[in-house]
Amino acid sequence: MKTGNIFQKIFRRQIMIPLAAFLLLAIFNLVADPSFYKITLGYNSAGNPVLSGYLITILDYGSELAILAIGMTLVTAASGGQDISVGAAIAISGSMLLRCLCGADTRSENLNMPIICAFLISMVVAGLFGAFNGVLVAYFKIQPMVATLILFTAGRSIAAWINNNELPIVNDQSFAIYGGFIPGIPIPMPFFIAVIVMIITWLILKFTNLGLYVQSVGINEKSSRLNGLNPELLKVLTFVLLGVCVSVAALIKTSRLMTINYSVIAKDIEMDAILAVALGGNALSGGKFNIPASILGAYVIQFLTTTLYKFNVSSDALSAYKAVVVILLVVFSSESVRGWIGGLFKKSVAVKAGKEAKS
Amino acid sequence: MNENSILEMRNIDKVFPGVRALSGVDFTLRKGEIHALMGENGAGKSTLIKVLTGVYPKDNGEIRMAGHDKPVNIKSPEDAQNIGISTVYQEITLCSNLSVAENIFIGREKSFFTNWKMRNKRAGEILKSLDIPASPTQQLGTCSIAVQQMVAIARAVDMECKILILDEPTSSLDEQEVAKLFKLMRELKQRGVGIIFVTHFLDQVYEVCDRITVLRDGKLVGEYEIKDLPRLMLVSKMLGKELDDMSSIKSDSGGYNGEDKDKILFEAENLSSVEAVNPFDFHIKKGEVNGFTGLLGSGRSESVRAIFGADRVLSGKLKKDGRDIKITKPIDAMKNKIAYLPEDRKEDGIIGDLSVRENIILALQVLEGFFHPFSRAKAEEFADEYIKLLEIKTASTDTPVKSLSGGNQQKVILARWLLTHPDYLILDEPTRGIDVGTKVEIQKLVLKLASEGMGVTFISSETDEMLRTCSRLIVMRDRHVVGELTGEDLNQHKIMSTIAEGESE
Repeated sequence: MKTGNIFQKIFRRQIMIPLAAFLLLAIFNLVADPSFYKITLGYNSAGNPVLSGYLITILDYGSELAILAIGMTLVTAASGGQDISVGAAIAISGSMLLRCLCGADTRSENLNMPIICAFLISMVVAGLFGAFNGVLVAYFKIQPMVATLILFTAGRSIAAWINNNELPIVNDQSFAIYGGFIPGIPIPMPFFIAVIVMIITWLILKFTNLGLYVQSVGINEKSSRLNGLNPELLKVLTFVLLGVCVSVAALIKTSRLMTINYSVIAKDIEMDAILAVALGGNALSGGKFNIPASILGAYVIQFLTTTLYKFNVSSDALSAYKAVVVILLVVFSSESVRGWIGGLFKKSVAVKAGKEAKS
Repeated sequence: MNENSILEMRNIDKVFPGVRALSGVDFTLRKGEIHALMGENGAGKSTLIKVLTGVYPKDNGEIRMAGHDKPVNIKSPEDAQNIGISTVYQEITLCSNLSVAENIFIGREKSFFTNWKMRNKRAGEILKSLDIPASPTQQLGTCSIAVQQMVAIARAVDMECKILILDEPTSSLDEQEVAKLFKLMRELKQRGVGIIFVTHFLDQVYEVCDRITVLRDGKLVGEYEIKDLPRLMLVSKMLGKELDDMSSIKSDSGGYNGEDKDKILFEAENLSSVEAVNPFDFHIKKGEVNGFTGLLGSGRSESVRAIFGADRVLSGKLKKDGRDIKITKPIDAMKNKIAYLPEDRKEDGIIGDLSVRENIILALQVLEGFFHPFSRAKAEEFADEYIKLLEIKTASTDTPVKSLSGGNQQKVILARWLLTHPDYLILDEPTRGIDVGTKVEIQKLVLKLASEGMGVTFISSETDEMLRTCSRLIVMRDRHVVGELTGEDLNQHKIMSTIAEGESE
């Protein structure tokens, strides 16, 4: 009976959902083609050592998703809804970043201002757009998906407008680091950026009451207000934090290309970010949240995408395949199925115990 | 199975992780009887009912129903409804954004298409026959809680149930409404319906019930004919011990005797809020227990909500310890060391999914501010202290508060506010829906806090409870303060006559 309880307990942990999905994908790849796990050390055009392989791709591209998933988890928890304007907001933030770096001359050889200043400005802009979404949701009581639909529709046009519809190109190679590699370190930089964001998030959750307040507001807004909280302000705050995450993702995205394509950059990324939150076992209706589970969820989504690319699924068909896998993952992680599986463990252990007792 | 009985539950067991909620409980319901199910919080009443209605699967035992040869297997609330078991819960479980008629018929469609005209007409007939003051097309949320409760009963009645379970149906009804409900219950009894009645109001049990089954700690204490079980015996059977002499608790606590005994702690002048309370004056002294009384809807809750800034305040001058203060939202009141335990525990009180620990520290954590979270150890310490002090029954500090029984949830909220060490504590219906033992505990606690110098405003629908605790009563009618009673005037009769005749100020 005791082992049964332990099985059940382990299975009931929220982090088990993305972990199980992760293991499933890992085993599938191991059986289908172990070369998936091959990692090679090579040199890039600048002569620096870089690792390459599918796992490195996952680490690289999963990191931007993980950063977004952190913000999306907070928004989901506080408002019980999701922000679908993330991709458009990345376009805006990225466009602002390039505008600051290049100035008026879109082909300038030198940086117009230090990267850190440009990044901070783009962060403030992304934060303001987040606040716009947040105010619509919190003070005007508009459903989050509807409220963020506005920016979802208009965002990419705003992004193009910031640069007068031109495509600035950054020529200074120091900007390439953020989406690439630091000379001498063969692991992609986005991973380190994601780790920094995770550490900051962890510190915020540890040294402030953000976690308690946000969950409280997400679970019972009326009661939170009677306990002295300001639910509206807290909701806006989560949208602003998501905006900050967006600006970090925009930095990585634009650094990869050294330019921007307003209509394509970060397209559909909001869906992956929302999926990461769901796959992490967080209720999309808000309330309690688990950020590590969302982060793991983000990497699992990227794992899935990369696996599908590996098997030469064309990018048109990709979403269909993804959908099938997602359905499976979500069904298996649902409360009822997990309870059922937990029950199976209990039964098998009980049967075993019964046999032992007989013998 | 006995000829007269329509339901026999035998040897029911139910185990939750760490708790044995029911062990070997028997329960028999006869045709056309009103059967009270009594017991303290956590005695297993709710669990037994949830087993019967298919919310929880039973671990052992059997349930037999008249008309079924074999024991019935109730797997879901839907199963229960199909074999004629209807339940009306303590908290409203209907959809407040649908119309009254929709709520009566929801989930019972026999065909895909709906004839709304017929449906509204039918609903109108039901409402009329039961004398419920609501229109079929009215949105349910716009009705008073009492009317919503009655709509829930109307729904059950219309399903032609054989067994009707009423789980604390009267806790939000006023006297007239209770009388109407009882009339309805007797009517159903005549038709042969077996009614299981769960309540904490002893008066009501003796007014309307035929039999009583008492549970304690998940075990059956016994089944009694109402005439064989006098009130005091019932209470002592529920508690498992002799009841304290309740009437003496006020004189036991000596009252507050500090130097600043008669100092005014808090006063409000011309206070009013958007919830249409007419401007009123109010004050409370250190160590005083006062209360707002009046019929349901007279504005007693709205008055204290205005004090706490829970509703938008329209006018008023407030003073605390002689200094002018401003309260526009709850946090302002909290900063002035005022605490408020709201009337609606589920909606305004608990944060259901959060743990007992988080619920206890919440208010203090908000006061401490965004950048000063308690360490886990500190939070555990606070939680443990108050779990022990208030004897909160919970498996651990990590248990989600929503899984606790009503009385224990109430204690958690009380713990939350006591932890902020308020000077002035407002308790709106703190004893609603909780058992006799806990009620007495809370009343004693109120008097003890007052004797230590805290000002307490206590609101309860049970007048005798207020008479036992309060030294001054403010009487309200139709959202006006109509009188104030102290000393000799503190008695049931005087309150009634003040409500009836008191002059509007």
